[in-house]
Amino acid sequence: MAGTVRTYLLLAWTWLRASAQYPGPLITMTIGSFAVHALDVVAIWVIFEHTRSLAGFGPAEVMFLYGTAGLSFALGDMLFGNADRLSHHIRTGGFDAMLIRPVGVFVQTAVDRFGVQRLGRVLQAVVVLSIALSRLDLPWSRAWIIPPMILCGVVIFASIFTLGGALQFLLTDAPEVANAFTYGGSALTQYPLSVYGEELVRGVTFVIPLAFVNWQPALFALDRQDPFGLPSWLRFASPLAAAVLAGAAALAWRAGVRRYRSTGS
Amino acid sequence: MIEVDGVGRSFTVGRRRARRTVHAVRDLSFTIEAGEFVGCLGPNGAGKSTTIKMLTGILAPTSGRLRVAGFDPTRRRTALARRIGVVFGQRTTLWWDLPLRDSFQLIRHLYNVDQKVFRARLGALTDLLGLDEFMGTPVRQLSLGQRVRGDITAALLHDPAVLVLDEPTIGLDVVSKVALRDFLRALNAERGTTVLLTTHDLGDVEKLCRRVMLIDHGSLAFDGTLDDLRATVPDERSIEDVVARLYTEGAAPSPPS
Ligand SMILES: Nc1ncnc2c1ncn2[C@@H]1O[C@H](COP(=O)(O)OP(=O)(O)OP(=O)(O)O)[C@@H](O)[C@H]1O
Ligand SMILES: [Mg+2]
Repeated sequence: MAGTVRTYLLLAWTWLRASAQYPGPLITMTIGSFAVHALDVVAIWVIFEHTRSLAGFGPAEVMFLYGTAGLSFALGDMLFGNADRLSHHIRTGGFDAMLIRPVGVFVQTAVDRFGVQRLGRVLQAVVVLSIALSRLDLPWSRAWIIPPMILCGVVIFASIFTLGGALQFLLTDAPEVANAFTYGGSALTQYPLSVYGEELVRGVTFVIPLAFVNWQPALFALDRQDPFGLPSWLRFASPLAAAVLAGAAALAWRAGVRRYRSTGS
Repeated sequence: MIEVDGVGRSFTVGRRRARRTVHAVRDLSFTIEAGEFVGCLGPNGAGKSTTIKMLTGILAPTSGRLRVAGFDPTRRRTALARRIGVVFGQRTTLWWDLPLRDSFQLIRHLYNVDQKVFRARLGALTDLLGLDEFMGTPVRQLSLGQRVRGDITAALLHDPAVLVLDEPTIGLDVVSKVALRDFLRALNAERGTTVLLTTHDLGDVEKLCRRVMLIDHGSLAFDGTLDDLRATVPDERSIEDVVARLYTEGAAPSPPS
C-alpha cells in the first residue's frame, strides 16, 4: 500500500515535470476546465431565479449537494479517472509496456499523463462547497459527516472508474460505456435526488450505489427527512457501500488484466 | 532459468458467425539453463512474440505451465519484472512523451536501483550504444534505431538475470548492429546473463547464438546448435537457404479449428 502511494507520487511528479516544459496549454486548460464548471453554478443560480426550491431544497442546500458530489468526483477523476485512455493503451499495445514494470498496472494507468489541468475541477468544487457551507452554517454535530462523506464518494467514483476500466478489456472499442457510468453518475449526483423518479433513486441506491456519494449522508448533514421514506440508517452506510463497490472493482480489474490479449504486432 | 512445459495460447478472433480460434502457440516445451544464449527463429506469425509475451507475464497461457527465474510469470508478474529485462524492437516500452533521460531516472526509481550503481551502468551503456546525442530528446522524436538503443539500455539498468529480446536488431544500422552484438555477447560472457532473442536477421544467430530454436505454427520445429541446423538440409550452402527451406517445407497452412 505504502509502495503503491510512493509509485503514484513518483510517476505523478515525473509527469508534472515533463508537462511543465509546455506551460501554456496547461494553464489554458486548467482555467478552461474551471470556467466550464463554473457555468454549472450559474445554472443553479438561474434555476433559483425562477423557483424558491428545487424538490424541497433551497439554493444553499443544492449548492452543498453539488459541491460535495463535485469534489468527490473531481478528486476521483484527478486520481483515477483514466479509463478512456486505458482503451487506447489496450488497442495500441501500450499496456504491454506497463505489464513489464515491477509496479502495479492499476497505478500506472491511473497516473498516466498526470497534469495540473486535473486540478481545475477540484478547485471549482471547493469554491462551491465553501460558499454553500458558509451560507448553511451547519452545527458540528452534523457537519462531522462531511469529510468521511467526501472520502467515501471518492472511493465510489474511483471504483466506478475502475469497473469501467475493467470493462475495456472486454469491449476494446467502447470507452463510451464506461464514460456513461462515470460522467453520467457525476451529473446525477449534482442535484437533490428527489428531483428524479423513485425507480431511478432506488436503482442508484441499491444497484450502483451513487446515492451514497452525497445524497444519503447529506440528508443527515442537512437534517432532512428522506423524501422516499428509506430507512434512516442508510445515511451512515456510505463506508459500507464504498467498501463493497471497491472490492467488486478490484476483482473485476484483476479478471480484466488476466483477459488482456495484447495485440498481434 | 526458463521452463516452458506444454504451453499453448489461442485467441478467439472475429465476431459472431465469423468467430474462430487462432492457435498462436500450441504444446510448446523447452528449457533454457542459466547463462545460455538462445536465438529463436520462425516465419511471420509463427508465435515467437506470443511466446515472449507469455514468458514476460504480459499474456496468460491458455494451457501449460511456465517458470522464469523461478516465478510463474502471470501470477508473480511484478516480482519477475525485477529479475528480467524485456525489449520489443517493434514497439517501445519507454514513455512516449518523456525525454530519454527522464525515462531512465524513472526506471531507476521503479526498480529501486542504487544511485551510484545506476550512474555507473548508465554511463557504460551510454558509451557503448552512443546515446549521448539524444539523451534529452522525447522518445516519440527518436528514430527507430535510436529508440531501440534507448529501449535496450532501459532493459538493462536493473541488471536483470534474464534478458528477453523480440527482434532487437530491427532498424539498426550496420555499426549499431555490430556494437549491439558485441555488447550482448560480452553481457552474456561476463555477467552470465541468460539471453533469449527472436530475430529475422540470421547474422544475429550466426554471430551470437550457441543454440537455435525454430518455431513454426506455434510449435517447436527444431532445437539445437547452428551446425545441427545446417546439417538438417545438407545440400544447401548458406544458412539463409537452410532456413528458407525449413520455413517453406513446414509451411503447410494449419487448419483453423
Ligand atoms: N492479440 C492477438 N489477437 C489475435 N491474434 C493474435 C494476437 N496476437 C497474435 N495473434 C496471432 O497469433 C499468431 C502468432 O503471432 P506472433 O505475433 O506470435 O507471431 P511472430 O512469430 O512474432 O511473427 P513475426 O515474425 O511476424 O513477428 C498470428 O497468427 C497472429 O495473428
Ligand atoms: Mg513478432
